[in-house]
Amino acid sequence: MKEKPDTLEQAVLTEYKYGFVTDIDTDVIAKGLSENTIRLISNKKNEPEWMLDWRLKAYNHWLKLEEPKWSNVKYPIINYQDIIYYAAPKPKKQLNSLDEADPELLATFEKLGISLNEQKRLTGVAVDVVMDSVSIATSFKEQLSEIGVIFCSISEAIQLHPELVKKYLGSVVPMTDNYFAALNSAVFTDGSFCYIPKGVRCPMELSTYFRINTENAGQFERTLIIAEDESYVSYLEGCTAPMRDENQLHAAVVELVAHTKAEIKYSTVQNWYPGDKNGLGGIYNFVTKRGMCKGDHSKISWTQVETGSAITWKYPSVILKGDHSIGEFYSVAFTNNHQQADTGTKMIHLGKNTRSRIVSKGISAGHSQNSYRGLVRASKQATNARNYSQCDSLLLGDKCGAHTFPYIEVKNKTAIVEHEATTSKIGEDQLFYCKQRGIDAETAVALIVNGFAKEVMNQLPMEFAVEAQKLLAISMEGSVG
Amino acid sequence: MNNITYFKDQFEQLQEANPNDTIADLRQNGFDAFTKDGVPTYRDEDWKYTNVSSLFDKEYLIAENSTITLADVNTIRLPGYKQANELVFVNGRFIANLSTIRSGTTDLVVLPLEEAAKGEYKEIVAAHLNQSSNYLNDGIHALNTSFINGGVFVHVLKGKEPEHPVYCYHILDARQNPALAQPRSLVLADENSRLQITESYTTLGASDSFNNQVMEVVVKENAYVEYYKIQNDTANASQVSSTHIRQIGRSYVHTVTITLNGGIVRNNMNLVLDAAGNETHLYGLYLLKGKSHADNHTLIDNLKPNCFSNQLYKGIADDTSTAVFNGRIMVQPDAQKTNAYQSNKNILLSENATINTKPQLEIFADDVKCSHGCTIGQLDEEAMFYLRARGIPKESAEVLLLQAFAADIVDQIKPEPLRSYVSKLIYEHLAIQ
Repeated sequence: MKEKPDTLEQAVLTEYKYGFVTDIDTDVIAKGLSENTIRLISNKKNEPEWMLDWRLKAYNHWLKLEEPKWSNVKYPIINYQDIIYYAAPKPKKQLNSLDEADPELLATFEKLGISLNEQKRLTGVAVDVVMDSVSIATSFKEQLSEIGVIFCSISEAIQLHPELVKKYLGSVVPMTDNYFAALNSAVFTDGSFCYIPKGVRCPMELSTYFRINTENAGQFERTLIIAEDESYVSYLEGCTAPMRDENQLHAAVVELVAHTKAEIKYSTVQNWYPGDKNGLGGIYNFVTKRGMCKGDHSKISWTQVETGSAITWKYPSVILKGDHSIGEFYSVAFTNNHQQADTGTKMIHLGKNTRSRIVSKGISAGHSQNSYRGLVRASKQATNARNYSQCDSLLLGDKCGAHTFPYIEVKNKTAIVEHEATTSKIGEDQLFYCKQRGIDAETAVALIVNGFAKEVMNQLPMEFAVEAQKLLAISMEGSVG
Repeated sequence: MNNITYFKDQFEQLQEANPNDTIADLRQNGFDAFTKDGVPTYRDEDWKYTNVSSLFDKEYLIAENSTITLADVNTIRLPGYKQANELVFVNGRFIANLSTIRSGTTDLVVLPLEEAAKGEYKEIVAAHLNQSSNYLNDGIHALNTSFINGGVFVHVLKGKEPEHPVYCYHILDARQNPALAQPRSLVLADENSRLQITESYTTLGASDSFNNQVMEVVVKENAYVEYYKIQNDTANASQVSSTHIRQIGRSYVHTVTITLNGGIVRNNMNLVLDAAGNETHLYGLYLLKGKSHADNHTLIDNLKPNCFSNQLYKGIADDTSTAVFNGRIMVQPDAQKTNAYQSNKNILLSENATINTKPQLEIFADDVKCSHGCTIGQLDEEAMFYLRARGIPKESAEVLLLQAFAADIVDQIKPEPLRSYVSKLIYEHLAIQ
């Protein structure tokens, strides 16, 4: 018989299952941030002059900024001089296939259950593995390049497709956007780049697994996805990180650009180290994600399942610039122990007949705090803008908190905006119904929570839905008092 | 900011003139806080959508004696006044000889606040005055506190249900200079008592007026309080009106805020549910035209278990007006079994009007049922078509539909003469194009 903890406390005690450190040689630079650090990073990556200038401009702007304080999360002051800004697994040689990759690295992924080999052979997913900050292997690249899709690391894109990077980098999230975006712009080491040419429907889900590995190495990922006219791409991003005692900062920037009639679907499963049951350690996940529906009839859809990180602070947003464009945001945020999540979205309606939909499900357990913070803005030009938002919170236990901060700003008389939110605990009657039918409390809670999150889970691509449900189930175990 | 120096001067004069005043320390604290915090700007989260700093650019005079007479008061009385206790405030000061107290002193005590702070009610005033600063900790509230002078203390005695409601008329005399008024009142509804209180605002003259008001209401065990606020002042009359109600015994509170005309109007409606089993109903209606800006901030802080609260705020924004609603429900760890509902419905009628709304939930207890909803939309096209098809002209049909929209709130005004009075005000307000 499977062993199951039968109280909430025991579930809360469930250890982080993916905590381990892979022993790989890494190329690490000294701690600290200065102009020299940036020059060093740029130099190591052999970047062109314009890229270095761009980074330095961002750095100088960052120096003028103050760390924002408005979020509903608490954390000790971050010493930005105590972070290693560059850590790359040493490039021993150029890899042609996975077989040449570090066996230990492969074993790491084996442990995570995301075997590249298997994925490659069975699922047809192209995986751009980011281990610490540099891409190790990119599969299916050739297959993709045949139809003109560019899927590579951003450093590679800077070398090979500078005109595209120059044109789009910072066009959605300018380097001056906010404190963490400026920091990222200055020091980002790697990330993914994806370009879908006109009229191409990307035949496979593009996926990146992020992995933080070197101790004290903050990760500054930069992702840029461009979908040309009438193209389609579905992009998956998943995260797991090994156990750590010290907090790690992660300040990524993700930019999406959708041209006329293009569609981008961006899915995230985030399961970074959340800290131990006393709230010690864990990842600080301060991310700026934004998509721009640039052309008419374009669509951007964000789906996220957030179960990890000590602090999650992110608002995947959509700027609905093109007429008839559509923005979607589906989110499940689960917090346990001392985790804090302040997440939500922004839907900025600029074009005519733009539509957006927000579905956010927050689940809090233990001593955690879970906030939804969102903005829906219909500008003066956004005739017939339409938004529907729904944020529901579920509370498991009496020490946690659930908060909702929806901002709604409407300047157009033809706009229709609706928002509704509820907060409650698991219904006694639902529990009773299940128990009465011989389902134990444990399973019943998992059942109810899964049902609660279903609407969002359904949005995930198949490959991810399985992992996400597994994650949620692990976090849920024994959430019955 | 000449005003700040002016306030400092005035404040020092006030303190010198009343050296033995028991409230002097409170005023001092208030002024220290004001000096420290200053006037809030849009950078303060609570004032993000309402810019009050522009109000402080004007050369206000903290008006001393005004020449308001009984004849002036006669023009602004609310219907049913013959049966009411009428308290008249001129430029923020309670004027006893213009006021009429009809209830007996065994039912209802009305005293100048300074007097109450010294005599028999000394302890009550000390215990309850300025509790609101725990929640309203901005410069505006501190400014009111630093000028507490000429306030009023209203006390409904234990077990009494005065048959005469309390009407508060706030008159701002802006006939010569821009007028600044900072009325302060403390209302105590004692155990098993019943109180109905209504406030209205009138600016006389063409200059600007700014009413920075704080009313604190304390509601004890088994008390029943109805509170009505009717804001239908001139376009150059601005106000920050804070009503801070603390339900410290199991009690019932019902409030309705009606905002029709005005310049920049900010209402803080705070409910602190500090006893198990409290019940609270908040209603609000804002029908904005011209350049009016109305900002309704509500806060319900559930401290104890088994409380019930219900909020419904509805509004219409036309012309270049701006409507803001910020509803905040807090459920503290002890407040299990809280039921809190909130709804905000808006209609945008013009290209140039703006609606900003933010219904906020902050919940720290698990066994609760909380929900909020808000909508922003337009008049129902089908309903419009129905009326037009029956030969009703567009304008009349619009007024009819808007009246119906407003009726939900107007119906919550319980006393009859007031309800039809407000209903008539709304009709006139909507019918004038």
